[in-house]
Amino acid sequence: MIELRDVSKIYQIGDERVHALDHANLHVRPKEFVSIIGPSGSGKSTLMNIIGCLDVADAGEYLLDGMPIEAYSENDLAEIRNRKIGFVFQSFNLIPKLTAEENVELPLIYQRVKKSERQTRVRLALEKVGLEKRAKHLPTELSGGQQQRVAIARAMVTNPSLILADEPTGNLDSKTSGEIMRMFQELHEQGNTIVLITHDNDVARQAKRVVHILDGKLTEVTL
Amino acid sequence: MLSVKMALRSIGANKLRAALTMLGIIIGVMALVVLVSLVDSATSSITEEVSSLGSSLLTVRVSDDKGRPVKLEDLQTWVDQEPAVAAVAPYATTTATGKYGTESASFNVYGVTPDEYKIQNMQLTLGRFIASSDVRNNSRVCVVPEKTAVDLIGYSDCLGKEISLNGVKYTIIGVLKDEDESLASILMGSLKIAYIPYTSLIRLSTDTGATVSTFYIGAAEGYTLDQAEKVMTDLLMTRFDDDDDAFAISSQNMIEEAMESISSLLNILLGGIAAISLIVGGIGIMNIMLVTVTERTREIGIRKAIGASRRTILVQFLIEAVVLCMMGCALGIFVSWGILQIISTITASASISFHLNGRVVLLSVLFCFLIGVIFGLYPANQAAKMKPIDALHYGG
Repeated sequence: MIELRDVSKIYQIGDERVHALDHANLHVRPKEFVSIIGPSGSGKSTLMNIIGCLDVADAGEYLLDGMPIEAYSENDLAEIRNRKIGFVFQSFNLIPKLTAEENVELPLIYQRVKKSERQTRVRLALEKVGLEKRAKHLPTELSGGQQQRVAIARAMVTNPSLILADEPTGNLDSKTSGEIMRMFQELHEQGNTIVLITHDNDVARQAKRVVHILDGKLTEVTL
Repeated sequence: MLSVKMALRSIGANKLRAALTMLGIIIGVMALVVLVSLVDSATSSITEEVSSLGSSLLTVRVSDDKGRPVKLEDLQTWVDQEPAVAAVAPYATTTATGKYGTESASFNVYGVTPDEYKIQNMQLTLGRFIASSDVRNNSRVCVVPEKTAVDLIGYSDCLGKEISLNGVKYTIIGVLKDEDESLASILMGSLKIAYIPYTSLIRLSTDTGATVSTFYIGAAEGYTLDQAEKVMTDLLMTRFDDDDDAFAISSQNMIEEAMESISSLLNILLGGIAAISLIVGGIGIMNIMLVTVTERTREIGIRKAIGASRRTILVQFLIEAVVLCMMGCALGIFVSWGILQIISTITASASISFHLNGRVVLLSVLFCFLIGVIFGLYPANQAAKMKPIDALHYGG
């Protein structure tokens, strides 16, 4: 599913070379629910960018569904993100001008799915997150928890191979966090592969498997 | 279609800014459409006037007769000899004081032959025109336009009445239909006109002699004016020892041609100025699109993260720029139409109607589209080449 082999990413900050990722190795099997936990500055975001095909590693090999990512062009990567990966961000990242419905529809438009099919799939996705009644609302008219649920609906509407969540509860209170985490549990039970990145131990512990990241190095944690 | 809807929504999200941006395009389109339409309408009505004055007419001026002056009889001979020449009318005029009873007015008196009637496309309402016998006998008869009759005598049914021109009495034998409200009549104002036999004018005026120095030629049916002109040129060249400076032939076609070249020159000039203002409008669009792209960096990041390709983003912003341009263009054309309507209403009495020129409307639509594409391309490319991670983390 996900196979990182000796992946390194180096940033040049002034005279200093920072190893955001230092020969990281990670293997995620299909239908697994993996948490990656680490303090800020540990290389979490870089790892997330690379797994999410938003950025390319400087060295090493990354196989997604058995395909090496380094070989692809920018446009190929866009298509891979579109079809294989569903993103859930800390700050929700919905497009403010579009309604909940339209935000969920957007990845399907980029896949050139027919309009009638788009409508059914968007409705189903919104039903799954319990927001079918809020379909016509703009993100600003929704609470933080509701916005994050729209984002989750957008992530899963394409039936991606991988749902990639970056601190999905970071901007939410503990009650709504609980709701969102239950939703990830459900998604996991339905057979989705989930990689969740967080700095919060309580959140991380909800996954079956926890990987620790520090100074760009990954270590398995047994709970 | 979906992308056009999206573009309209993005534009609608900031209406004031969109309106101000479009203003440049609106003004540019207005300048182009209104100015070119005005010139075109004015030219076409002037051209119409000129051709209604008699487009099948050549004017001949003899400046050096080489001892062989053109006589009235010569004109008749040419008409008889040359099949291409249908009518030849001498041109001579003088001013005289006309009197009827106690009324008096200044007159333009034309000395004419019967051919004048044909050449000038005149129409009688009463009586007859000057006949050959009147010319032969120096008859003291005259033909007046209806307006002159009404102004001087008080009514148009005035056959047989006598008016005096410089003290000599002339009997009215015909009344001519007034010309339509034409440019010529506007220029002439309320001038009184009388047509008398050419030979009678020789006696009335001191500077008209038996020699004809200026005359009109009409082409015969089945012959073009050019053919008539050629025949006349050959004839006069023989008469005046092959000296082409001795005479000059001009046609109203030449006036039309000159008008046309002036108006096309004006159109190019005005169109050029308008095009410059459209380009300035386009720069305004580019400026706003660049601001929009920066403002929406985060949106671009999100779109790229969920799978928008470079091309998708490029097309999205390009369509937005083009839609902005085309909206400005449509508004500009609409406002131009309004302005031309208002001008037409104001100038309704002058018989010139100003209307939207279809060609220039089409041209401005094409031009606006091009400007949208050209000036939208750079900002759209800026948006398209953003890296998704940079764009996502922009501004938190």
